[in-house]
Amino acid sequence: MADLFDDYLPAAAWDEMFERAGVPRSAYGPVLAALQPLDKGELRFRADQLARVFTDRGVTFDYAGEERPFPLDLLPRVIDAAEWAVIDQGVRQRVRTLEAFLADVYGPAEIFRDGLVPWRLVCSSAHFHRQVAGLTPPNGVRAHVSGIDLIRDEDGRFRVLEDNVRTPSGVSYVMENRLAMTRTFPSLFAEQHVHPVDEYPARLLHALRAAAPAGVDDPVVAVLTPGVGNAAYFEHTLLARLMGVELVEGRDLLCAGNRVYIQTTQGRRPVHVIYRRIDDGYLDPLHFNAGSVIGCPGIVNAARAGNVTIANAVGNGVADDKLIYTYVPEMIRYYLGEEPVLANVESHRLESPDVVEWVLDRLGDLVLKPVDGSGGKGIVIGPHASDRDLAELRIKVEADPRAWIAQRPVALSTVPTLTENGPAPRHVDLRPFAVNDGEDVWVLPGGLTRVALPEGELVVNSSQGGGSKDTWVLAAERVREPQAPPIPMPRVTPDATVPEGGPAEGAQQQ
Amino acid sequence: MTTGLLSRIAETLFWIGRYVERADDTARILDVHVHRMLEEPSGDEDAGCRALLAILGVPAAPGERIDIGTVLAGLAFADDGPSSIAGALQAARTGGRSVREVVSTEMWECLNVTWHELPDRRRAAGRLGPHMFLRYVRERAALFSGLADATMSRDEGWHFLVLGRSLERIDMTARLLSLRMPSASYAPDWSMLLRASGADESYIRTHGGTGDPAQVAAFLMLDRLFPRSVLHALTLAEDCLAALDPDPSRAGFTDAARRPIGRMRTRLEYTDTTLLLGQLPELLPALQRACVEASAAVTEKYFQYALPVAWAQEG
Repeated sequence: MADLFDDYLPAAAWDEMFERAGVPRSAYGPVLAALQPLDKGELRFRADQLARVFTDRGVTFDYAGEERPFPLDLLPRVIDAAEWAVIDQGVRQRVRTLEAFLADVYGPAEIFRDGLVPWRLVCSSAHFHRQVAGLTPPNGVRAHVSGIDLIRDEDGRFRVLEDNVRTPSGVSYVMENRLAMTRTFPSLFAEQHVHPVDEYPARLLHALRAAAPAGVDDPVVAVLTPGVGNAAYFEHTLLARLMGVELVEGRDLLCAGNRVYIQTTQGRRPVHVIYRRIDDGYLDPLHFNAGSVIGCPGIVNAARAGNVTIANAVGNGVADDKLIYTYVPEMIRYYLGEEPVLANVESHRLESPDVVEWVLDRLGDLVLKPVDGSGGKGIVIGPHASDRDLAELRIKVEADPRAWIAQRPVALSTVPTLTENGPAPRHVDLRPFAVNDGEDVWVLPGGLTRVALPEGELVVNSSQGGGSKDTWVLAAERVREPQAPPIPMPRVTPDATVPEGGPAEGAQQQ
Repeated sequence: MTTGLLSRIAETLFWIGRYVERADDTARILDVHVHRMLEEPSGDEDAGCRALLAILGVPAAPGERIDIGTVLAGLAFADDGPSSIAGALQAARTGGRSVREVVSTEMWECLNVTWHELPDRRRAAGRLGPHMFLRYVRERAALFSGLADATMSRDEGWHFLVLGRSLERIDMTARLLSLRMPSASYAPDWSMLLRASGADESYIRTHGGTGDPAQVAAFLMLDRLFPRSVLHALTLAEDCLAALDPDPSRAGFTDAARRPIGRMRTRLEYTDTTLLLGQLPELLPALQRACVEASAAVTEKYFQYALPVAWAQEG
């Protein structure tokens, strides 16, 4: 029998579905079994259905001023229970460490006195904001939501590529992907237990409420969005809707007497926790970019006065600076006294002239990243870059080595992805989302798998033509839910009929 | 517990109500006129088209001849402003996108799918005639109203949506009727007006098939039971305003939005139906003015946000 995966040739990277051509890994067994009876036409049909569902629901991101769909690939990515346990533990460890670091940066600054991290790295970071020094959040949490980007290297080991503790986005696609997949491809789910992902909004709301200022028993939470033009606007509406809180824009807010209010048809209403999806620079024109019209003037003062909590906290960007990233394994040992569960990608700091020279000699063999960039902007992958790009890069790196780190190019793992010619290997990464409520860090099982759709492409960002995959975390074994007592049923009595009526059909008269 | 709706969201819902109703009414009006003109090639197409464009707020350039194709391009397919069907639906969809978290997913999907489908429907109309397009618009507007009716709580948001829809209906019906004013260079017959309001069948069941002009005008303006009559829409708008602000003062009303609407409602309610035809030239502009006044008052009262920020001493 002709098989869907007959022509599938794994690329020169860790393939997550196949050990080698024709030999699948055990986690993918049931998925393969469900896929194999289908032919390419059938798969194409379902993929079109899937795209249609997304267009109709308005699941889009805005890029360069236009709404684009975020393509969902039909073939899921599967992570087995043992692999997930490592990721879960590693991400939680990472988030706890970054929290400790942020508290240190804006507080006692011990790690710098102990000489582990040079203070100059912090004060030269564009995302370090003195405006919030000494501002301790009510429950101590600064990274209410984090997204830790992971990749899988050539040996199948998960490694941390970068940390995002400012306003990581993408979780809406995790929820929408699952919804679309269960609707268009229910048979795939039949044979196994996949961890659900719809718990996220409740967890987030809980964490936001837990972060409310002291003395507020029933806090009002709002999501602050830059507006419909923002790339992640869809996500902002989804989160607000699923949490049942207001979605506000800067112009809906008003600060008076160091308190923040939303303006309603019935006048002002106080708000206590603001989950903002606006960058620091635009959040408060009084303290940051004075030209910002999307922010709320006075909000930082209100936070300092302890009347409102800003989530994620202002100034978090200092912890996901890519130079700081290179110190995180050391920080884990320093703050937690633990060994890192997830390793970094091998990185070089361009601090001494020797290293700079060494890196400049090998630009074509390395990946160079701007330290404060996000969304894949400015990354130069040496082996893929043209001579001209490399020449330009050399000039930039020589001018400002502090702005760059160099990394070994990792061949990201691949997962079969539906293309015009059937399934083919495409590179993926993984962004698990962690929510910190102050008591514990919870990691959403799965996370966002982004896939680079062009063949051989290593940059997976949606703004660079990426798509996504539904990401399954398999339960170790079918979870036995405690049996709820059966719902009492009324006894069926003979008169429990469905009422019907209307005049009898007219008698036939001749 | 009433906590108040975000002013921005209230305003958006109000305008979604207006835009969807506008698309619906424009589609009804065009459908009737387009087909009448196709049936009567001897009629003065140019004058008829100019009259249509004028009452719907899209003045035509003087000089060149205008045919039904121009009218459809300007009033149905143009997407550069909310005077046309496509433009109104686009505006409604943009609005829907910014209030997604307060309207039901079904309502949003209805607006979104409608907008995505328009180009296809327009192409189909090119092949099969404009009726396909216009009927699609009417069906989608009905679907939207039905979904709102079935899935929205009767809270403030609902009242703003219905208020917008009612004001637009009053305005559009007044515009439609002004086609019959003595000054008009082109006058469609009364049965066309009934059909353009979707009122023909209901009218015939009520008054029989003889189209007495005074009776038709009274039906479209004053009927208490027909949901697209001006009086019915005025009553509904007034109910919405009353629900938003019960205004329990002993004498008079402080609500500036309610005054023009209530005044017009009572005026119509106590009009002598036999004199109605003669009063139309004065009543119709008054109705349109009342809508403008009410709309401005609602904006002033409820949609105050994004005001200029200044330092101020409080307390």
